[in-house]
Amino acid sequence: MADKKTLTFALMDAPYENARTTTALRLIDAAVRRGYNVNVFAYEGAVAVASPTQKPHPNTVHGRDVAEENHPNPKDWVAAVIAEAERRGAKVDWVQCGLCVDERGVTELLPGTRRGTPGDFWTFAEQSDNTLVIPTR
Amino acid sequence: MAGYLLIASRDAFESRAVPDYFALAADLAAEGAAVTVFLVENGVLGARRSAAGKALEALTGSGVEVLADDFSLRERGIAIDALAGGVAPASIDIVLDHLAAGRKALWH
Repeated sequence: MADKKTLTFALMDAPYENARTTTALRLIDAAVRRGYNVNVFAYEGAVAVASPTQKPHPNTVHGRDVAEENHPNPKDWVAAVIAEAERRGAKVDWVQCGLCVDERGVTELLPGTRRGTPGDFWTFAEQSDNTLVIPTR
Repeated sequence: MAGYLLIASRDAFESRAVPDYFALAADLAAEGAAVTVFLVENGVLGARRSAAGKALEALTGSGVEVLADDFSLRERGIAIDALAGGVAPASIDIVLDHLAAGRKALWH
C-alpha cells in the first residue's frame, strides 16, 4: 500500500440531528490534515450534509440577524475539508448516493462532490486502507 | 489476529446494548487480539467513576485499552480526574492511527 493512506467513511445520518455528523466531520477533517485521501459515501439522510441549498438563518426569538446568529451549515464544513485536502495535496472523493438524493430532492451538488451509487462504496472499500461505517442508530 | 477498534458512542445509562458491546471487546481481547474501545459523544458519560465506570474498569482489567474522546469530555464538562480507573483521555487522532494501521473498526 502506498505511503499516503486512503480512508473511507460511510455516513448515514442527516445533518442537525445528532452528534454523529459532527464526529464524522471531525474525523474527515483530521484525516485530510494528515494529508490522507478520504472517500466519503453519503447514504440515506447523510446526502443532506453536503446539500448546497442550505442557508443560514436569523434568530428572531433572540433578535439576532443572520450575521449575529452565525448559524453553521455543514455544507460549509464539507467545502472546507475539500479545500483543505487540495491544499495538502490530498483528495476528498465525496459521493452522494443517487437514489438517496432523488428520494429527498437534494439533487444539487456541492462543488467537489459527485453523484454515485452503492457500487462506489464497494469500490472505495476495495481500494482503501480502511473503512469506517458510521451507522444510524 | 487483527487488532480491533470499537467506537462506543452510546450512553451506557441509556442503552442496554452497551454491556454487550463491551463484552465483545473483552471476548476479542481474551482471544489474544489488541482491542481499543474509544468512547465518543454520549459514550463518555459512562466513563465517569460510577456504576457504568466500574464496567469499564473491569474491561481495562481484561486487557482492553479504553480511551475517551477529549472533545466529547469537554463538551459534557467531564474532568479528566473524574474518569474511572484505567480510562484515559485521547484525541480523535487515535481513531485515525488505528484505521491507518489496519485495525478492524466498528461503530456502535
